[in-house]
Amino acid sequence: MRRENVDVLIIGGGAAGLAAAIEAKKFGVKTLLLERDRSTGGVLNQCIHNGFGLHVFKAELTGPEFMEKLWEELGNLDEVIRNNYTVLKIDPEKKEVITLSEEGIVVFKPKALIMATGARERPLNSLRIPGSRVAGVFTAGVAQKMVNIYNRLPGNRVLIVGSGDIGLIMARRLKIEGMDVVGVVEIMPEPGGLIRNVVQCLDDFNIPLWLSHTVFKIHGKERLEGVTIGKVDENFKPIPGTERFLEVDTLVASVGLIPQNELIEDFVEMDAINRGPVVDDLMRTSVEWIFAAGNNVAIHDLVDFVYEEGKIAGKNAAKYVLGEKLPEAKYRFERGDNVGVLLPQKFTGSQPFKMYVRSRKSLEKSAISFSGRTIRKFNWKIRPSEMIDLVVKNFEGFPDEVLVEVNQIG
Amino acid sequence: MVKKLTCISCPIGCELSVSLDESGKILKIEGNRCPRGKEYAITEITNPQRILPISVKVEDGEMELVSAKTDKPVPKKKMYEIIEYIKKLKVKAPVKRGDLIVEDILGTGANLVATRTVNKKS
Repeated sequence: MRRENVDVLIIGGGAAGLAAAIEAKKFGVKTLLLERDRSTGGVLNQCIHNGFGLHVFKAELTGPEFMEKLWEELGNLDEVIRNNYTVLKIDPEKKEVITLSEEGIVVFKPKALIMATGARERPLNSLRIPGSRVAGVFTAGVAQKMVNIYNRLPGNRVLIVGSGDIGLIMARRLKIEGMDVVGVVEIMPEPGGLIRNVVQCLDDFNIPLWLSHTVFKIHGKERLEGVTIGKVDENFKPIPGTERFLEVDTLVASVGLIPQNELIEDFVEMDAINRGPVVDDLMRTSVEWIFAAGNNVAIHDLVDFVYEEGKIAGKNAAKYVLGEKLPEAKYRFERGDNVGVLLPQKFTGSQPFKMYVRSRKSLEKSAISFSGRTIRKFNWKIRPSEMIDLVVKNFEGFPDEVLVEVNQIG
Repeated sequence: MVKKLTCISCPIGCELSVSLDESGKILKIEGNRCPRGKEYAITEITNPQRILPISVKVEDGEMELVSAKTDKPVPKKKMYEIIEYIKKLKVKAPVKRGDLIVEDILGTGANLVATRTVNKKS
């Protein structure tokens, strides 16, 4: 067993981790990034569609382009990145990170740690659909990796379950690669992904979207032979008489992402709604030396936001290591009406910061308020699937506990 | 007549209302939060176009595929023709991001360019 001291240690080499490494390195602190895969980039590797980087690079990039731009920004990758390192455990008392790799067990002793572990896909089995657990059922990300990285098609005729962005993107992708895409079922009355993806992935390719529909039954013993789909009521209960059989050999599920926090959830304050650690505007968690950024904090819509968060975490972790006294997070946001995902939950009031909120409902015209004071009005429709981002810069007269509400207006 | 569109220029997805007269001439565009929404509405009504993200087979590469895209939007009505054309292509590793794979693909004026680096198999 080998031990290694490091200033800033980053777990995860996706967009958040790479951005954190870029920023931390600028401060001249010894920075290391651990990645469990063969190379960094995370999901950007397989997201070959365009639509990334509009905020950060002012250009519409594909995932791999975004990734390579981060590599270039980081410079000498070998100096900072350790691929094929899996973190087994974090010891909060000893401040140690225990890893497994080709060289065996290596224990890192960082002065600051940045969690950039991202999210994993929710599997279809979590929906408890009756039927056998047959071959031919994939999550959208796995299907995407097969098609875009390994040049393999998952089957011939596919139904997409769930209309999250990856599901919509995969509907188009599988269609382009020659699969028969029979449609997309979505249990909610509204699409889960961005409307732009409904337009350019489904409408453009005449792929039907069945809202308020789900899979009632899986048919087949070994390989999937078909599914029974049908309509659900407002309580998501199947409506009898709406069943129809679809002959498919493949199901691709895009039914949500789960932030990955197994390594820290036992000793870091967690937010049950975000399913990630409570953070402040400096991306600090409740444990002084641990920072977090990206989809492990909360599921974001845009990689641009994940990247910006990674940079904030990298900068403040480096400052912490250099002994700079960081301001205290004296304000706290409380969720009021209609507020779902919200971050950061705490803030210092020392500098302007970006805040992200998901509305629980779709609202035609709305306003976001802080303790009764209107902060911003939205004259366009807001939806749970589209994260609201706003810059908070005026802190004067804020109470310590700021109640955040999103309300219908006019 | 008012046509409802969702702008796909960026992930915000503004809902656009385009007022047209009987001849199909655009009278008014509303709902866009930036100038690109206006542009999008005009091409969407006259000749809808899309960027095509796709992958191309690679010979001797450390990966079997290189991701690619058209560097300009291509007409929607030519989409399937372009897809079939690209499927038959094969490029030799190494390929660098930004490398030109096909110039002026099927007379659209758009080039097919690589969007990632694929090194030669070692």
